[in-house]
Amino acid sequence: MTDVVCATKPSEGLIRIEQVWKRFGSTHVLRGAHINICRGETLVIIGESGCGKSVLLKHIIGLLRPDKGRVIFDHIEISATDETDLATVRRRFGMVFQLAALFDSMSVRENVAFGLYRHTNYSEDRISSIVTEKLRLVGLSGVESKMPSELSGGMRKRVGIARAIALDPEVILYDEPTTGLDPIMSDVINELILRVQRSQNTTSIVVTHDMKSAYKIGTRIAMLHKGKIIQVGTPEEIQNTTNPIVGQFIRGEARERIEESLA
Amino acid sequence: MNLWLTRLLRNAITAVTSLGSFARFVISTVDGVRAEPPQRRVIVPLMVEIGLKSVGVVLATGAFVGMVLAVQIYNQLHKMGAESTAGPIINLSIVSELGPVLAAIILAGRVGGAMAAELGTMKVTEQIDALRTLGADPVTYLVTPRFLSCLLLVPILTLYSDAIGVVGGYVMSVKFYAISEHYYWEQTRRFLEMWDVFVGIAKSLFFGGAIGLICCYKGFQAGQGAEGVGRATTNAFVAAFITILVSNFFMSLFFNTLYRVLHS
Repeated sequence: MTDVVCATKPSEGLIRIEQVWKRFGSTHVLRGAHINICRGETLVIIGESGCGKSVLLKHIIGLLRPDKGRVIFDHIEISATDETDLATVRRRFGMVFQLAALFDSMSVRENVAFGLYRHTNYSEDRISSIVTEKLRLVGLSGVESKMPSELSGGMRKRVGIARAIALDPEVILYDEPTTGLDPIMSDVINELILRVQRSQNTTSIVVTHDMKSAYKIGTRIAMLHKGKIIQVGTPEEIQNTTNPIVGQFIRGEARERIEESLA
Repeated sequence: MNLWLTRLLRNAITAVTSLGSFARFVISTVDGVRAEPPQRRVIVPLMVEIGLKSVGVVLATGAFVGMVLAVQIYNQLHKMGAESTAGPIINLSIVSELGPVLAAIILAGRVGGAMAAELGTMKVTEQIDALRTLGADPVTYLVTPRFLSCLLLVPILTLYSDAIGVVGGYVMSVKFYAISEHYYWEQTRRFLEMWDVFVGIAKSLFFGGAIGLICCYKGFQAGQGAEGVGRATTNAFVAAFITILVSNFFMSLFFNTLYRVLHS
């Protein structure tokens, strides 16, 4: 079991999100989100669509900067680091995007090898063998020369994961990895996340609203609601929550929300 | 009144902010040439797309510009009995004004629109974010090679367009309207100077850079979804089109004044 001491001792958190506020125009997306993420854990962030889960994830890797608050990764203040230095820090991260975000104009091999070409001086042979190994880890082989447009949704997600782990990152961020996939393919992706976690011993942060996936892969689950983390706990704690908002979400109950959406 | 003033102020702030953000974009793009010269495997396919695949459309434009100029100018001069001066008028217009402007406009539509749509799609599908997470600066990686390709290839394509335009003008004037071939070229040699060719190339160099920068910038600014990409593409073409026409006017004024100063 992963040590979750860091959750209560802020100084031990690998990633610390401290009172982060973010606004787009007049919409306040994050309103003081605060959480510590421990080394080696898989933290699943759940919450309704549009509640700011992906926005929070993008703050961790510095794709977005907070209006207020700080994001700290291993004593580096991501939120105050300039773009040039961030490029070096990002080598320690891998990110899997919601729709995979594979580069359309490049083959699968070029996509997976992209980070290797940029950050290493490896020979072509070594790069090819890493690409093959990572693709095998995500259950794909013989697709190196295919273009992203020739792949199915599930295959694209897998290539996205292979690209994210190519440089053996310390932290992997998954943005809704199972959204848009059938139940079987969703479970395949869950298994892959667990496999990557075990084989590379990474810290993972997964944003999702798929509760089945959250229970399966999460060491801890955090619920984001109206821009704040309202509860953090182990999957068992979340399942037995007394918080009515968390309870409503994990059981998927509409209650008065149907009136809201019809109004 | 108050509402009107608030709106004006808000628009002014937006305009200044956009200008500032475009200026930063231009600086990053140009700095990218020094910081990370584009790799061959990135820039060669772009040059094929921007340059080689545009030759046909540029040649067609150039030929018809030359021919229509000959038709118009011959008819005007014929009324005054001065057909023999058609050569320099047609060729000067092609080389220093219409050739560069029309080639740039057609390229803004073909190349600029495609670049804005491609980068806009990359933005809305998070490919630009993905580049950043993999340690690449999107402006240096995507915009710098496109900017350099446009800067180099638009003048070359303009020269093609000029050459075929001159041929088109000649064919109409000499072969169709039977203006004396000797006078046609003799007068052209007398009045068309290397300076005019230089002005045309200088203009097209500016147009090339402007098309690359404006269209890539608009692509990067694309809003969400297919609608956002569509709007970015339209905005890119309109902004490039207007920039070409307005800057051409000022560059013509500038180069004419410079010519007079140098020859006085």
